[in-house]
Amino acid sequence: MVAELGHFSLILALGLSVCLAVLPATGVYLRQAHLMQLTGSLAAGLFVFVLFSFLCLGNAFLNDDFSVAYVARNSNSALPLQYKISAIWGAHEGSFLLWSLVMAGWTLAVSQFSNGLTLDMRARVLSVMGALSVGFILFILLTSNPFDRNLPVFPAQGSDLNPLLQDFGLIVHPPMLYMGYVGFSVPFAFAIATLTSGKLDSAWARWSRPWTNLAWACLTIGITLGSWWAYYELGWGGWWFWDAVENASFMPWLVGTALVHSLAATEKRGVFKSWTVLLAIFAFSFSLLGAFLVRSGVLTSVHAFAVDPERGLFILAFLIIVIGGSLLLYAIKATGIKSDAGFTWSGRETMLLVNNVLLMVATGAVLLGTIYPLIYEAMTDGRKISVGPPYFNTVFVPVVMLLFFFMALSPASRWRSTPVEKFLNEQLLPILGSFAGVAILVFIFAARFEPVVVLIVGVAAWIVVSLIRDLTGRVRHKNNKIAALFRQPVSYYGMLLGHLGIAVAITGVCITVYFSEEKDIRMAPGDVVELSGYEVKFKGVEKVRGPNYIADRGEIEITRDGQPVVILFPEKRYYPAAQNVMTEADIDAGLFRDLFVALGEPIDDTAWAVRIQHKPFVRWVWFGGLFIAFGGGITVLDRRYRATRQQRSAAMATLGVTS
Amino acid sequence: MTVNKSLLIPLAVFILLVTVLAFGFRLEDPHYLPSELIAKPFPDFNLQDLHDPERNLTVDDIKGNVSLVNVWATWCPNCLVEHPELMRISREEDIPLYGVNYNDDSRKAIGWLERHENPFLFSIVDDKGTLAIDLGVYGAPETFVVDRQGVIQYRHVGAVSREIWERKIFPVVELLRAQAGGD
Repeated sequence: MVAELGHFSLILALGLSVCLAVLPATGVYLRQAHLMQLTGSLAAGLFVFVLFSFLCLGNAFLNDDFSVAYVARNSNSALPLQYKISAIWGAHEGSFLLWSLVMAGWTLAVSQFSNGLTLDMRARVLSVMGALSVGFILFILLTSNPFDRNLPVFPAQGSDLNPLLQDFGLIVHPPMLYMGYVGFSVPFAFAIATLTSGKLDSAWARWSRPWTNLAWACLTIGITLGSWWAYYELGWGGWWFWDAVENASFMPWLVGTALVHSLAATEKRGVFKSWTVLLAIFAFSFSLLGAFLVRSGVLTSVHAFAVDPERGLFILAFLIIVIGGSLLLYAIKATGIKSDAGFTWSGRETMLLVNNVLLMVATGAVLLGTIYPLIYEAMTDGRKISVGPPYFNTVFVPVVMLLFFFMALSPASRWRSTPVEKFLNEQLLPILGSFAGVAILVFIFAARFEPVVVLIVGVAAWIVVSLIRDLTGRVRHKNNKIAALFRQPVSYYGMLLGHLGIAVAITGVCITVYFSEEKDIRMAPGDVVELSGYEVKFKGVEKVRGPNYIADRGEIEITRDGQPVVILFPEKRYYPAAQNVMTEADIDAGLFRDLFVALGEPIDDTAWAVRIQHKPFVRWVWFGGLFIAFGGGITVLDRRYRATRQQRSAAMATLGVTS
Repeated sequence: MTVNKSLLIPLAVFILLVTVLAFGFRLEDPHYLPSELIAKPFPDFNLQDLHDPERNLTVDDIKGNVSLVNVWATWCPNCLVEHPELMRISREEDIPLYGVNYNDDSRKAIGWLERHENPFLFSIVDDKGTLAIDLGVYGAPETFVVDRQGVIQYRHVGAVSREIWERKIFPVVELLRAQAGGD
């Protein structure tokens, strides 16, 4: 009964989203204020009904209602509570319901925190968001209903959640990722609203900037969590595979990064207006494209959802309408936009332009690699090809290295134009110091000269030094330096943290790629191997029993120079309900190195294949991600977005003039 | 209205992309189907019995017990390889075993079963391959474990051996029986 209520509630939500898409827009067209004012209540209603529907599905999971087909496929009465909750979004149908809930949440948030918007603009923005909700909810109801029943006969037991997904990382990863994907619908809606209103000025950039930063921060966390999860859960010790599904999340991130920067230029200087609108459309388009790639089954991947042609067709049609429609609108409406201000080759605007160009090139490279198997298959009549890390590393790394170079240079730049002496004065020492310092450190710790490591980590160090220089430069001539630090805008610190995060992540990626060591070997109880200065002793395997699995648990003692370091317990788990075997690695994590141990296959009665890895600085990859996300997130708190209502209406009166 | 032509570039690129996607979409990947049917109902069919053409078989004929459904054909060498094990299962194991005679000539199929013995309670004539398409079969032999409600719970692609039976198929059968016993 509860499941039917959930289904019904979703149908009501569809009705409300149709109203939200149509009524305020009609109000704009007919100039009827009372229709435009409906946005708040419609958005609230939409959110409440989608939330109720979501809770009904949750209820079916908590009560082990295996008459609901989705629950029977993805849960089991022995499944621990937290995984019963995360199983709600453990497969296609439920995860899309979560997607729609997140969409309704963003819609509600925009309607609640948009006091500064004109009634007209607010109606336009929320109509666009309502229309997107119509598409998403219709998709669930028509092709992916999670409330379908297995009637009249239903299994007494569910076939269990995929063991790979029974993990903390996967509880939080999808919601964060969806917050990011769907969050890009906000700048998208602002862009469409601006295009339809014909007033393409800088004001829209100021409105959509905090939303974009927040969505982008969520996406950053989502991707970071996904990478962390892949590292400890897939059992291979890798943290990025250039897999189609990873790329599907990475492309919107790259475009989102470009958008975050281009919005800054548009808001502050009134330049790149038309380009920024296009990027806002792109960012959300790539989110939708990702959804298509993951859910239609056109690409195979370790974490793709089940294939269903009907779903793929629906999403493809949706893509054509939403993206095709908005690009057409763009082509018609973005004609004849002029920048408010000019700039020269040495201005900060140029830096941001280079940033955007490089990020789009990187996105294009990832996109090409991701869909190339499709192109190849279509052109060769069904032959298959896979594009792997060698392609991505070869194409992607040089582009981002160039990007990092400009990133390190940019803090010294000024809007409009920067004197060349200023670049030289401010950057010469940091450049020399960073590269020389890193070269010495690498030589001391690695005892060998690695030019590539010096180059990459050197750029990271240069980025950090540049940032510090910029921060100290801002307070150098102030009497009270601490107070001056506090007076810097929050968004400035957001930028510092974000760029610092990139530097941290680059360092982690580079060092872990260059200096990791691994051994895959046969070990019998008592065997000892040496790896990166550690002695690793295999003490044997015993059987243990978990709530919904049985496992072989290995005991591995690690010492260094005879001193105990850690004892690790990697497991090989068998989940009877899902008939699945899972490798559960055990990791001794540290700021400067991880020791990673995983059990492979049993070789004979007592010996096992064991994988041991020493991964220096691998944590830095994810710390960097968290820094970036935190930096993006705090910019929302900047005081210029918290302006009082009066100030905002004053700003509205002089719309088009940037603050 | 004048439209700046360069503004149409994004749209053009997008149309190109959609064309590629639509193409890829048409070419569904057959190798991707294996896990797809697990925990899905055995597809509906209405086909003849190989040995009794008067008799029409439907999905209801395989419901009621935990059963095995084996897709086989006379043109399939691996079907001959697994045949002794299927015979052993039909004699020693207490589980109904049904055949799907896939893309085959019925007379040849009957002769083949006479020569090598018939392990199946009945064989479904799927000479057009329609049922096999619904099952997502991409090569015989394939063996499905179907529960009492007619839901596919396991799929094995390739020949069934004693080892496959013991390590892969029997545990599923046992589990399904245990679950069904519990209600």
